[in-house]
Amino acid sequence: MSTLSKQVKAVSAADFDVERIREDFPVLKQNIHGKPLVYLDSAATAQKPFAVIDAIRRFHEVDCANIHRGVHELSQRSTAAYEETRAKAKRFLNARSKDQLIFVRGTTEGINLVSNSWGRPNVKAGDEIIISAMEHHSNIVPWQLLCAEKDARLRVIPMNERGELLMEEYEKLLNPRTRMVAVTHVSNALGTINPVKQIVDMAHAAGAVTLIDGAQAAPHITVDLQELDADFYTFSGHKVVGPTGIGILYGRKSLLNAMPPYQGGGDMIKVVTFEKTTYADLPYKFEAGTPNIAGGIGLGAALDYIGRLGIEAIAAYEHALLEYGTEALSRIPGLRLIGTAREKASVLSFVMEGIHPHDIGTLLDRQGIAVRTGHHCAQPVMDFFNVPATTRASLAFYNTFGEIDALVAGLHKVKEVFA
Amino acid sequence: MVHDLYQEIILDHSKRPRNCHSMADATRQADGYNPLCGDKLKLFVKVENDIVVDVSFVGSGCAISTASASLMTESLKGKSREEALKMLDKFHELLTTDTAVSQDLGKLVVFCGVRDYPARVKCATLAWHTLKSALGNDAAEPVSTE
Repeated sequence: MSTLSKQVKAVSAADFDVERIREDFPVLKQNIHGKPLVYLDSAATAQKPFAVIDAIRRFHEVDCANIHRGVHELSQRSTAAYEETRAKAKRFLNARSKDQLIFVRGTTEGINLVSNSWGRPNVKAGDEIIISAMEHHSNIVPWQLLCAEKDARLRVIPMNERGELLMEEYEKLLNPRTRMVAVTHVSNALGTINPVKQIVDMAHAAGAVTLIDGAQAAPHITVDLQELDADFYTFSGHKVVGPTGIGILYGRKSLLNAMPPYQGGGDMIKVVTFEKTTYADLPYKFEAGTPNIAGGIGLGAALDYIGRLGIEAIAAYEHALLEYGTEALSRIPGLRLIGTAREKASVLSFVMEGIHPHDIGTLLDRQGIAVRTGHHCAQPVMDFFNVPATTRASLAFYNTFGEIDALVAGLHKVKEVFA
Repeated sequence: MVHDLYQEIILDHSKRPRNCHSMADATRQADGYNPLCGDKLKLFVKVENDIVVDVSFVGSGCAISTASASLMTESLKGKSREEALKMLDKFHELLTTDTAVSQDLGKLVVFCGVRDYPARVKCATLAWHTLKSALGNDAAEPVSTE
């Protein structure tokens, strides 16, 4: 380990015991191709601590029943555990009330729910929807579908070479036809932390509704919905060390109340006759059918776990890791970082001269290092930087400075193969 | 470390691809795209009297897909259309099954290591899928590995 690595580690180890934290993540204790696993793909999905694994197991072993309306003990237990997650999410996001928090499959479903249930009644021909140049496909395609159906126009906030949104261009895009501004909080491909408070305030001043994609923000930085005041905010459980297939959509109450249901079925109704159905109150109006109960309970355990570590402590530790990684990678000749915004979280995306990311990914994998290569579901970002793909090392609080050193050593070996 | 996959000949062809240029008098051409890694390839084929007299390609891709395209162009020249398509089947078999390595493939056997890297099979077959499209008909849509 380099001297710098030791110094940084000494500073952060005082308040963040990463070695003890790693004990909570069974998956990290394995060899891949004979080398210790170095997991640097947490932006795709985070690993799960025992607390989450055990909560899901306990539900299936001890409390398993369908939720709501059951009078028997197991149903009451599973209902209480599932609904408790809503309360935990309210605290995690500092939302006003838990009725505003809707369980969805993940961020993608959260955005699609809004583009359908809010978008279809509210967006008309000639209206405009603003997204940004660094959106994940999941915050592009739902709006394209809506615009195509309504003959509305999709506008895009451009960014600079560092991967920062051009706020003066955003200001010019806002106009009385702007209905929705949907922007990511943190870019999955670049790591940029966007000035979402300013984006939301400017949209509101122009009379537009706002949606913030929190998939990459929730695991890494504090989200305070009362302060942010966005109309919609959504994130995925599996990126905050919870299970896949569960996430949260927050919505402003007045908007949610006015919106028609997203899907029809059981659990989202008060009274059904063949002539007329009265929908359930919030949040159940948007939760048709038996949900991912185990996932919801697992998400609750994940939010508890994150809460115990403290998101501020996580953010501080990860920031130190990111700075260390940025400097270490910058020293590799022929390596170019893609995404160098002044405000960044957790992502080291890069290209290497003469070596395709896919080859880098395979060669790192043979050394036990898991990174993601490709377009990261953000093809317009790749086009902007004029690269077919990047290699992305993404960090979480269970990563170590030693693992950054392993990545750097691994990249030097990649260079040897292609020398 | 990974010399089973990145054999010398593959590294050589990836760094110095042969027949890597466009062809003005090609009789057939097709586009290939691998959305997984963003690899793009344009293949030019000149067929005269049912014989592939010349093949070339342009594009950007990983070492495996570039080397595969380069080695493919070398091995196709002089083959009949039918022989070329037969080669495609054998190449695909080489990458995806555990059967004995066919000696008919010549240099192309260096790709047998790809078997152990399922995520990379599409890289090695992109050029060949594109060939099938070029030899099959005048493809309007780019062929995709997905």
